[in-house]
Amino acid sequence: MAPPETTLAPAADPERLPARDEAPSLMTGTAALDGADAPHSILDDDAPRAPQSPGEIFRVFTRLALQGFGGVLPIAQRELVERERWLTREQFLELLAVAQVLPGPNVVNLSLMFGDRAFGWRGGLAALGGMILAPWCVVMLLAVGYAHYAQHPVVAGALRGMGAVAAGLILSTGLKLVPALRRNALGGPAAMVLALLTFAGIALLRVPLVWMLAGLGGLACVTAWRRLAP
Amino acid sequence: MTPAATVPVAAGDWGAIFAQYLLLSLLSIGGAIGTAPEMHRFLVEQHHWMTNEQFSASVAIAQAAPGPNLLFVAVLGWGLGGFFGMCVTMTGILLPSTTLTLAAARWGEARRSTRGVQAFVMGMAPLTVGLVVSTGYILGMTSYGNPWLVATMVATVAVCLRFKLSPLWLIAAGGLVGAFLG
Repeated sequence: MAPPETTLAPAADPERLPARDEAPSLMTGTAALDGADAPHSILDDDAPRAPQSPGEIFRVFTRLALQGFGGVLPIAQRELVERERWLTREQFLELLAVAQVLPGPNVVNLSLMFGDRAFGWRGGLAALGGMILAPWCVVMLLAVGYAHYAQHPVVAGALRGMGAVAAGLILSTGLKLVPALRRNALGGPAAMVLALLTFAGIALLRVPLVWMLAGLGGLACVTAWRRLAP
Repeated sequence: MTPAATVPVAAGDWGAIFAQYLLLSLLSIGGAIGTAPEMHRFLVEQHHWMTNEQFSASVAIAQAAPGPNLLFVAVLGWGLGGFFGMCVTMTGILLPSTTLTLAAARWGEARRSTRGVQAFVMGMAPLTVGLVVSTGYILGMTSYGNPWLVATMVATVAVCLRFKLSPLWLIAAGGLVGAFLG
């Protein structure tokens, strides 16, 4: 669970992963991370170790995914950088920056890119499979349990309570991203207005997402393009 | 909020569901959770395949489990049509973004400091914030009628903004509150 990807919860250890709480690359552009990286390519030989096989990638990603309650990204950083030493911290942040630009869950994109660099598409699928298969089984068991007991009043009540917490977790994730908008190239006030218009359109007026992204998003990107003129 | 009666998913609807998730995969800029409002619009409001309650519970279940929060898509699919439904929604949400990532990661890496990519990141960032807040608001729709649940939601936001606490504890506490007062 990365900043927006899931960023559903605060990082367990924010010092280890500043990219998560403030989402610098997302909010202010990847330039925020540039202090960390020289213009070398990802997976240069500076990482102390390398995975030996797609099977090893699958095992390590399964292990880290199963530890990630409310956020896999800080765990991924800890396991890949500190425990396995397959990536340097700078390489991790570079991968994350690219993962955030591409559509799809950040942590899933990051896994795919890591595996792909190591063993091509087989490595990518091994990392993706490790990241989602075991948690998928856990979630499936919970879903079966839910379908079975949903009619029970206590269970239904408990799930309403859990739903309220889920809503609160996601709201707080969104609210934590707001201060970073001040550093946006569009200017803080303009970025805030865009965020509010998105909320009004999506949450209140229920405008289809594709119109919102194409219309308001397109306008915002064109404006940012002009502002970023050298 | 009394949930409307749900309509079962007909065999002919699966194509539309798959197409919707393929599209949402490409629209999930900044993460899967930002597309939850669109899934809610499609599944709950437009087609009545699922109630507000089922939708919120699905996301809550996924958050109580380990792993990427993308898996709420699997729980929603399970609610629509069991194992088959889960495979339809998960394949839909993963296929385009996975293909694009494998194809475009190197391209993106080489250009991530260019003006075009920077403008895209900066331009989309405010929308991402709006989408995440919208998701929270929509998931809260099952709570707004019950003051205890509203209080639970507000308390969660307050705790999260101030402390670093594992969401697992908060979800467990919410389950307890809901079991007695929900």
